[in-house]
Order: sequence, then structure tokens, then C-alpha cells
Amino acid sequence: MSNQYKLVRCNINGKDVEKVVDVRASLTDMLRNDYRLTSVKKGCEVGECGACNVLIDGEAFNSCIYLAVWAEGKHIRTLEGLLGPNGELSDIQQAFIDETAIQCGFCTPGFIMSAVEILESGKEYTDDELRKLLSGHLCRCTGYENILRAVKKTMYKRLGKPIPQ
Amino acid sequence: MSKHVGKSVTRVDGFDKAAGRTKYYEDRVPSDALYVRIKHAERAHAMVKSIDTAAASAIPGVVKVLTCFDVPDTPFPTAGHPWSMDPGHQDVADRHLLNRHVRYWGDDVAVVIAENEVAAMRGVRALTVEYEDLPFVLDAQKAMEEGAPQLHERFPRNILKHTDMRKGDYAAAIQEEGLIKVEGWYDTPTVQHCHIENHGCFAYEENGRVVVVASTQIPHIIRRVVGQALGRPWGDIQIIKPYIGGGFGNKQDALYEPLCAWCTTQVGGRCVRIDCAREETFVSNRVRHAIRFHIVSWLRPDGTFAARKVECYSNQGAYASHGHSIVAKAMGSFPQHYPCPNMECDAWTVFTNRPAAGAMRGYGMPQASFADESNIDDCARAVGMDPMEFRRKNIMPVGYHDAFSGNTNYFDTYNQCMDKGAAFIDYARKRAEFAADTGPVRRGIGLATFWYNTAVYPISLETSSNRMLLNLDGTVTMQCGETEIGQGADTAYAQMTAEAVGLRSYRDVHVVSCQDTDITPTGLGAYASRQTYVAGFSIRQTAELLKEKILKYACEVTRQAVHNMDIADGNIIRKGDGQVLMSLSELAMTAQYNPVHSEHITAESTYTIRNNAYSFGCTFAEVEVDIPLCKVTLKKVVNVHDCGSLINPALAEAQVHGGMSMAIGYGLSEQLLFDEKTGKPLNNNLLDYKLSTFMDHPRLEAEFVENAEPTSPFGTKALGEPPACSGAPAIRNAILNATGVAIDRNPINPHVLFAEFTKAGLIRDEWQEGKEE
Repeated sequence: MSNQYKLVRCNINGKDVEKVVDVRASLTDMLRNDYRLTSVKKGCEVGECGACNVLIDGEAFNSCIYLAVWAEGKHIRTLEGLLGPNGELSDIQQAFIDETAIQCGFCTPGFIMSAVEILESGKEYTDDELRKLLSGHLCRCTGYENILRAVKKTMYKRLGKPIPQ
Repeated sequence: MSKHVGKSVTRVDGFDKAAGRTKYYEDRVPSDALYVRIKHAERAHAMVKSIDTAAASAIPGVVKVLTCFDVPDTPFPTAGHPWSMDPGHQDVADRHLLNRHVRYWGDDVAVVIAENEVAAMRGVRALTVEYEDLPFVLDAQKAMEEGAPQLHERFPRNILKHTDMRKGDYAAAIQEEGLIKVEGWYDTPTVQHCHIENHGCFAYEENGRVVVVASTQIPHIIRRVVGQALGRPWGDIQIIKPYIGGGFGNKQDALYEPLCAWCTTQVGGRCVRIDCAREETFVSNRVRHAIRFHIVSWLRPDGTFAARKVECYSNQGAYASHGHSIVAKAMGSFPQHYPCPNMECDAWTVFTNRPAAGAMRGYGMPQASFADESNIDDCARAVGMDPMEFRRKNIMPVGYHDAFSGNTNYFDTYNQCMDKGAAFIDYARKRAEFAADTGPVRRGIGLATFWYNTAVYPISLETSSNRMLLNLDGTVTMQCGETEIGQGADTAYAQMTAEAVGLRSYRDVHVVSCQDTDITPTGLGAYASRQTYVAGFSIRQTAELLKEKILKYACEVTRQAVHNMDIADGNIIRKGDGQVLMSLSELAMTAQYNPVHSEHITAESTYTIRNNAYSFGCTFAEVEVDIPLCKVTLKKVVNVHDCGSLINPALAEAQVHGGMSMAIGYGLSEQLLFDEKTGKPLNNNLLDYKLSTFMDHPRLEAEFVENAEPTSPFGTKALGEPPACSGAPAIRNAILNATGVAIDRNPINPHVLFAEFTKAGLIRDEWQEGKEE
């Protein structure tokens, strides 16, 4: 095999997989083109907009500026991985629907994956902290307002606490 | 009593979008598609003398190189306007697929088609373009001067169009004794739509026709434009519009669909794709018109207008696109917003060597609103009146009728909206309290109002077509020419259809969202703030036709007279006693499989809308201005809208949030900058272009006054664009209230504030020192 291509073994959405990829490919390219995980969106391809965000070993990354070959041995989660075996939505996905946090839907996958990282920390954040944690994502439709509501509501639900007024 | 309309039900496309399954154009590109990448000119104004393609053609993987010397010489228009049968009203056809005459930095001069993206991009870099440089001009007023560089031969002094409006006698009116003159120049910037999905498309040939799958708001119009550009009959073209990641007007234009369609014909019909990078989207798609306004208001000491003069200079950029319609709409807002007996208004649309300006959410109104509402606050100050009281005194009164559009201001909406906004922001108490602020950090409250036309009648055709099919399970499949672009149209249509037909749930309506010009009834697409309003007419009409067919068939089965029956909750009922005669499913099955009289029950109709409707609202903003830091913090903001009866309150609120966010960016941070020396765009990326982030907003508050619109079948009117109109001037007026400094340009960023505060003598050394401690 030429130096142009390399075998990348990793775990995607709970499944061990391997594919030969172009060493120049971004993780976005690999996930979209080689694994057809099209929830991973391209909005800028230089790490500005957050649409391509996925979790790598539990941490949110812009996959467009993360080389596919760096995924070797990593655990990667995309929005497709949140859906239950019978098509059940996770609580945060349902909250995005219920709080009208979705409009065109293009930034949604990236936002939800950052929300997953926030929620899985098990911590309670203030509104200002949530805003900062989510500020790596750009959205032109929602003004972010309902996205904050969705994340906050799910955070308190998981913490088993009422939402402070 | 409505059962489905007026309810905050969840979106019909919510599940798929939350699951990441929704397919946008790029998710549907065949894996063997060839990549088309565009060579953009690195000159603001030049003639292409030659393009050396040898090195590019030699790159492995490059299939074909096409240049501006290869394209057909058939100019075409790009604006997403309905076709006009009147040649004088047709859009300006000034575009070619690729251009020898380069008119802005970023103009398209050649393409490289390759088997993979890297080869295509390397090919573009390997092209050598020889230019003959021409002088360029970036400013609209400078472009109008004698001897300015000329962009289009047909338009002397670069003036695409000039229109005016005269009312009363301005010259005589200003002679009245004791008048106070309030004059200002107000400058608005070039901004971009910044939908998160960039524009892109792919095209291929099938059975001798050209198919284009595109991220567009206007599939049927794109079909016509592609036909024009390729010189092919419109029936040869098929446009498919999947879900799109936002549009905001940029995709209300033929962007790269014509070029993509032509490219497939140049490679034997193989599939080709064009995907705009973010940097291209900023420059080589469309932008919002930068409009400069000159307003002279003549006031009596009692705070009434004697006369007003308004001049609008609209920077069109290099190509006509939507052209003069935008500034015409902006100018037209003045006489109606604050009616005054003596007015002189003029508007010019002027070509310059900047990216082409087109439609963007608000279509000239955010610009007009910034200028008008700034001047109104300046007027209130000049006569020592409270700005809200000044507005109450002068704003479009109840009963005001506009003869041209046929619009009437039926309700006391403006006062109702201002009352609500003032209550939320605690207007009177806070303005009194903040007046005492004299230190380096000062607070202020500002407001701004707007009016907005819902649809485009009578300027352009307003039509909506609709098709409904009764499925065998009693559900209804619905198709409509007005498209979903993220705003939630499909959900509103499902609610209105369920209501009009009499179904159990809006989920019993299957809206065919992804439009295909071969299948979908011809429609104009998603633009203006017309979707819910105009679709309402054709939904109501088509539902009536469907019901008539259903009940006629039911008459055969139930032997009840048609006029004695109705449809409710998915059942056919007898009106008199409400008895359920049969379900829609039973009826549909019986009709379809009847061996003697089989019928598949469908209805289709077109409604030509010859109404329009005023939509109204306002913004109230509270700011904290740190004068030494030249920093504005928006503390609180509320928009109040009268968009008639809400079809879906939760979706309406969400729309308002998005518009408010756009208005905040317009007011405080967003602008596309150009190098004065070269015309090169300086910040065409999402890092340097300051789009509002999660950190830049306070809580966005959306409130409504629901005065049912009498012309609408569902009592609804514009909401898509209105939320973007009044935010920026409300912030500007809040800063004025806080500091006494009237800023006449947006965005009001620290650079602007530093200059203005310095001029006003507010930048004091002791405050700067105080900060350092």
C-alpha cells in the first residue's frame, strides 16, 4: 500500500470497524463518505461552525479539523449512535423536538453531541456556563434560545432536580 | 373552534432532524459524481485576456477544464422572482455562466471538473489567468459620479434604476415658520445570510433531460433560469429540492444551479457536483444590500411632521440579481410608516465592484428601519419628546389604507405592541432611573417599530398551487409549491390542511416536503413572508374541493345528501345529529375498490392571491454601555409582533428568536469588509465575520398581539422576515438613550463607538486610568 492510504481501526457508535482511508482525509470525510454517517455536517470545514462535531473518547471535537488517521484506536460517537435499537430517541433528542430547538436542522447534530458531552459530565451548570460550553456552534435559525432551554431541561431532568425559576 | 390551527404541536420533520437522518443535497450526491471547482477572479474589475489551461488539464484526475471563452453567449437573470409576461417588468439578464468581464473580486472565470476534490482544487490553482486591469469602485455614490468606472454598458453612471415618490409640496412645506430640521446620513453594511448549510448542487442527464438537485428556496423558478441559461426548453429541466440547511434569501436566487447544469452537459451527462466553501458563500453567492440613506425631517415644535425628504443609495454590487426591488421596498416603507403630507423620496440602485446583492430576510426593511427609526429618535430628541410618545403621535394610524397594495391598518396594533414591549422592559421606570447614570458605564432603553408587507402582491404575481390526495387509510397527502426551508412551513401546512379537511390529527397529513418540479404543483417557492399566508388560500380552496369529492362519493354510499354531511375527526358525519356515518378510510377503500365506480380521490387547485397584509411589530432593548471600553452589552430585548392569528405559537416564537438574533448581529457586529486598495473581501469566513454566538445574546423574549388578519383564510400574516427588522435601530436608540450619542451607522462595534465617543468628548483620561487600577 502506498503512503497515501492507511488502515484505520476504531470504534464507531459502539462497533469496532476498520477501513483504509486517504491520509489527507478529515474525520468528517471518513465518517460521511466511508461510513455514510451523514448527520456529520459540513458548514465551514475549518473548525468555525461546529456542524461536524462528534465525540471522540467522550470529548467534543470538530471532526473537520481532525484527521481520519488520528481516529486510530478511538471511540467515536455521532448522532446516529444516540438512537435506540428500535428507533427510540434519547432524552436530549426529544427535548430538542419538544422545545422547538430545531428549525432547518443543519446545526442540530453538532449541538446535540456537545449537549451529550455536557450532560454526561453529570454536572450542574449555570445558564452562562451552558452558553459558553455550547458557543462553539453557530446557528442562524434559532437565536440559540430554545437550544438552551432543551439542554437545560434535560440537564435538570437527569440530575433529578426541578428547573430553577 | 379550531382543532389543529393555533396549537403548539411539534414539527412534522422533528424526529428525522433530531435523529440526524434528514437528507440535504450533499447527503444525496452519488459517490461517482465529478467535482466542479471554480476559479474565482483575483481582481475587482478586469477583462480576462486569456486563460492557460495546459497545466491544469495535465493533472491526473482532471476530466475537463472550461473557461469563460467556452460558455454560451446567452445572458440570463438570476433573481428568484416569478416570471413576468410584461418584458418591462422582467429581471435584468446580465449573467453568463462564466465571465470574461470580471466585475468583482471572486467573479467566476473558469471551472475544473475532476474525479476527486483534490484534483479539482489543484486544477483551479494551476490555471493561469491573464487580466487587463480596469479601475474599480466600491461605493454606490462614487459609482454614480461622472467618469466613475463603468460596470455594465447598458447602465450609464452605473445606475441600474432610479424611482421616486412625491407627495404634497415639499419645497413649499419647508417654508413654514418655526420648523426644526433634523437631518442625518445613515449607513448600513454589507452582511451575509450565513445559513449553516452552504449552497451546493449536483446535476446529471437522464433520458435526455438535465436533472439538478439543489439547495434552493425556489425550485420552479430555478427550472426556468436553468432553461434560460442553457438555451433549453424549460421542460428539459428537472429540479429537485431536498431539505435545506437554511436560506434567508440567499437561495432565493439562481446561484450555481445553471453552471452545474451546463457542466454535466459538457461531460456527456455524467453527474457533477458544485459545493460552495464558506469563503465562497460569503463572496460569490449573494449579500444584503448596503444602503445609505439621507433623511431630512422638518418638524413643528409640537412634534408633528411638516415635511420629509428621503434619499436611498443602494449598493447593488456587480450584478443585478434582485436589483431595484429591494431599495424600492425600503423607500416605500417611509411614507406609510410615518405618514406625512409633504414628502420627497428617491431611490437609486447602483452597480459597484462588490459581490452581487440579492434577497435577504427583510428585503430592504432592516436597512430602512435602521435609518427611519434612528431619525425618528433624533426627531423626538429635537423636540424634547419621549421617543415612544413621539411614535404614538406620528405612526401609521388605525384605518390607514394604502391604495396600491390595498392594505389597511385594521387594528390599533402599534399601540398594543408598544404597550406590551414597554411593559416587559419596564420602559418608563427604567428610562427615569437610567437618566441618572453619568459615570463611565451607562444604561439605556431604546425602541423601534416596523411594518412589513406579507406577500409581494401587487408588485409581482402571487399564486399558490396545491394538491391533496385521500389515502386509503384516510390520511391526506399534500403537496404545495411553497417550500420548507427550515422555518416550519410543512408543520403549519399540515395543521391548516387537517383543519380545513377535518382530520383527526395534523399527523394525518403527509406533506411531500422534498420538491421535484416533475411532481410538485408549480409554485413560486419560499420567499417574502408569504408561505403561510399564500398557502393558506390554496390549502383552504383545495381542501374544499377534496371535501366536495369525498362527500359526493359518500352520498352514493350513505344516501345522505351532500349538504347534510361534513367531515370531522377523520369521519364523515351527519350534520344534524353528529352521527358518524363512516370513516374516511372506509370511504377511501370503498371508492378505490368499487368494481362499478372506482375513484382515487384527489383535488388540485391554484389560487391567485390578490390581497396583501400589513404585519407590524416593535423591539425594545436595554443596553449597558461601557464608555471607556467602547463596549455595548445587550441586557434585555423583546420583540412584539402582530402577525395575525398564530398557526403554531411555539414555531412562531422560534422564528422570532432567529430574526432577533440576526438583528442583534446587524446592530452590533456583522459586516463584510473589503480592501479599499484592491476590492478584495477581507473577512469572508465565520471567524472574522462576527456572527452572533451563544455568548452574544441575552434571553430573547418574543411576544405577540393576535389581531386576526381579515384577508387570510386562517387569520395569519407575515412573520418570517419581520423579526429581523427593528432590532438594530432599537439597540442604536438604546445607546443614544444611555450616552446621548447618536450613531448613524451599523454595526455599532467598538471601532465605531471609539470614534463617536471621542468626537462627543466622552473618552476621558481619568476613566481610562480608573480602568487600569
